[in-house]
Amino acid sequence: MSPDLVKTIFGRLTWDAIPFHEPILLGTFAMVALGGITVLAALTYFKVWGYLWREWLTSVDHKKIGVMYIILAIIMLLRGFADALMMRAQQALAFGDAAGYLPPHHYDQVFTAHGVIMIFFVAMPLITGLMNLVVPLQIGARDVAFPFLNNFSFWMTVGGAVTVMLSLFVGEFARTGWLAYPPLSYLAYSPDVGVDYYIWSLQIAGVGTTLSGINLIVTIVKMRAPGMSLMKMPVFTWTSLCSNVLIVASFPILTAVLALLTADRYLHTNFFTNDFGGNPMMYVNLIWIWGHPEVYILVLPAFGVFSEVVSTFCSKRLFGYSSMVYATVVITILSYLVWLHHFFTMGSGASVNSFFGITTMIISIPTGAKIFNWLFTMYRGRIRFEVPMLWTMGFMVTFVIGGMTGVLLAVPPADFVLHNSLFLIAHFHNVIIGGVVFGMFAGIVYWFPKAFGFKLDPFWGKVSFWFWQIGFFFAFMPLYVLGLMGVTRRVSHFEDPSLQIWFVIAAFGAVLILVGIIAFILQIVVGFMKREQYADLTGDPWGGRTLEWSTSSPPPAYNFAFTPVIHQIDAWHDMKQRGYERPTTGFIPIHMPKNTGAGVILAGISIVLGFAMIWHIWWLAVASFVVLIGSAIVHTFNFKRDYYIPAEEVVQVEDARTEALRSLA
Amino acid sequence: MAHAQVLTEADNTRFHLTEDHHPENGTLLGFWIYLMSDCLIFAVLFACYAVLGRNYAAGPSGADLFDLPIVAVNTALLLFSSITYGFAMLSAQAKKVTPTLIWLAITGLFGLGFLSLELYEFHHLIHEGAGPQRSAFLSSFFVLVGTHGLHVTFGIIWLVTLMVQVTQRGLGVEMKRRLMCLSMFWHFLDVIWIGVFSFVYLLGVLK
Repeated sequence: MSPDLVKTIFGRLTWDAIPFHEPILLGTFAMVALGGITVLAALTYFKVWGYLWREWLTSVDHKKIGVMYIILAIIMLLRGFADALMMRAQQALAFGDAAGYLPPHHYDQVFTAHGVIMIFFVAMPLITGLMNLVVPLQIGARDVAFPFLNNFSFWMTVGGAVTVMLSLFVGEFARTGWLAYPPLSYLAYSPDVGVDYYIWSLQIAGVGTTLSGINLIVTIVKMRAPGMSLMKMPVFTWTSLCSNVLIVASFPILTAVLALLTADRYLHTNFFTNDFGGNPMMYVNLIWIWGHPEVYILVLPAFGVFSEVVSTFCSKRLFGYSSMVYATVVITILSYLVWLHHFFTMGSGASVNSFFGITTMIISIPTGAKIFNWLFTMYRGRIRFEVPMLWTMGFMVTFVIGGMTGVLLAVPPADFVLHNSLFLIAHFHNVIIGGVVFGMFAGIVYWFPKAFGFKLDPFWGKVSFWFWQIGFFFAFMPLYVLGLMGVTRRVSHFEDPSLQIWFVIAAFGAVLILVGIIAFILQIVVGFMKREQYADLTGDPWGGRTLEWSTSSPPPAYNFAFTPVIHQIDAWHDMKQRGYERPTTGFIPIHMPKNTGAGVILAGISIVLGFAMIWHIWWLAVASFVVLIGSAIVHTFNFKRDYYIPAEEVVQVEDARTEALRSLA
Repeated sequence: MAHAQVLTEADNTRFHLTEDHHPENGTLLGFWIYLMSDCLIFAVLFACYAVLGRNYAAGPSGADLFDLPIVAVNTALLLFSSITYGFAMLSAQAKKVTPTLIWLAITGLFGLGFLSLELYEFHHLIHEGAGPQRSAFLSSFFVLVGTHGLHVTFGIIWLVTLMVQVTQRGLGVEMKRRLMCLSMFWHFLDVIWIGVFSFVYLLGVLK
């Protein structure tokens, strides 16, 4: 074939894109391929493809979608953490004459991929998954407002993750850092496919995130059970509402700014170029107008989890419910007024910097109010030190430290010194691990019995907690020290041997966290093996206070046989107090949404579209775009989207539960 | 709203409904929220235009390039299309299928007219060497106006789809809801265009 024809067919995709000469990547590929083939073979051998497709992949059930989000997050956590270990190892080794084992162009991809994956494909799926699983149950709804859209959102998130993973084996990932600042991300300095992988994976996943944000807002606004006024909503639902408002009000900005970067790279426009009137700082401003709310998108639901966990495991109603709600709302608003603190060094002048410095410091007031609310809930409470409670207390200690270093960084003159240093790295890991990760782990352990009907193994849960907690301090406290000594981030080799000991300590901390992650997975495995022993037949294993604990574990597809009526904030606690008796007769058919494969198909086509755009395979891009629009239109012609669960089936399910409850009594 | 069902005294001891419970449909609220998220995308593009709109890079400015009469015709086409969509909705409310379809078709034609004029303008500018690569001003101009144009294009595809569905299924609750969504989308594009017209074109030729 002529070279022109090959180029037309394959764009810039050639055999050189496959990293045959990189032993680390080849090894990884071999492992992933082997693992993948084993899983696929096992699925085929046990003939579960049909079951998976019908019951999970095409499911519009918010509980199953929530579980799938969390599985995605845990898989991507392994990838993102592997990147972290590689960086810690490289920085512990590469001093003086020793170059370490990662060449700079590979190291740069590793830190970029680490950031992108941890934020977009670990933290985001964790919070979206948990919100999906819990919010409809907490508000007494049967599903979310738009069940198909929910399935579609999930698969678009998977599509983004698949695109990132593809970059590992076909071509390369961005070498720009996780926000891909121009001019470095511009064509002249990043001519390869790396930044394009970055752009398209985030755009594909971003569609899913925005839509799921809209979905959950409408769910919370429109579908609460009768009697549940806004100020009677569980705190986790409140924080979810605020988080989703933030998603809808910030992700479009990310979409737009990435689209502009795309225009610069593909159409040679001049938005962020250094010449022809472009302005790279536009990009930095815009991406942080998304980026700062993003960190509150992540942490608000975690705050919600802690609130639920604290009141449950202290057997008390939450201290200061209203102040908790107002604090959440204030944080939501303030999170839009601080973005410039990410680049005080831009040179915007003393007035602008002081404005953003002060707004940043003000955020610590509502956050501090929350910490005191949790402490006062614990005060004279009957505290049960179960695993979710351990994560919560670990959070309170760790997060407060991270918050205080945040206030330090909010002082513009201090920031001029600490900007871009490892101090900053230590700070945001301190709040994201201490806040978001601990929160999500607390939430997973807390709601796992609700989702699956048995508790996780507490021994391995505690091991996981302690290794994470101690590992965190070993891994990141040295970075504070190094940051104060002026060590900058994203460096793959050092000259000064006196720094090495701190990096070795940090690497040791990362190994402790590795044990924590293994123990986290073991608590699921061991919990599954001992599921008879840990079974939860009551549906209320922790003595919960909110509606999700009023139904069985796992809940039936329809969640509640009859829609609950709410009178107080802690609705289920109220029901228990007032001797509520579960209805056992009079069941009626229940209206439910139908499963559909459209989400999987549309997301699959989106991956092809993204891949074609990344590799400049224009014919495929056009074709897949046309097919994508066409398939979406075809889907709109499907009007048969719901069905009724017949009353007999409801009777059957509910009778089984009545029987189970009787056997307990 | 669903939860606004007034709870009477007797309800105070009632912990569940015994009748079928249907929360109010949230499609229109959801679509509104989507439109607001779309509005933010335009906000970013307007902001870029505000910052970069005078960076001509020694190239042509708006005063050199914009042909107001064409833009005026274009604006008129889009505004009229909003009125005709309004008539389509009135017919849909009255459950008259044929008039609904006719008004939708007229709306679509106005939309097509708008797009053709816009494409003509773009073609003309690029032909004159004032393409999106020429300067940051032209980059932000083309992307802002072009994004609006893309929205109109998708609106027209959507409109044709709905016309087919109205033909097949008449004007039940579902179809009226879908028409309502497109209606909001269409009027939203009108509002954005008024912003483009005043902010980009009118202020552009002033200089």
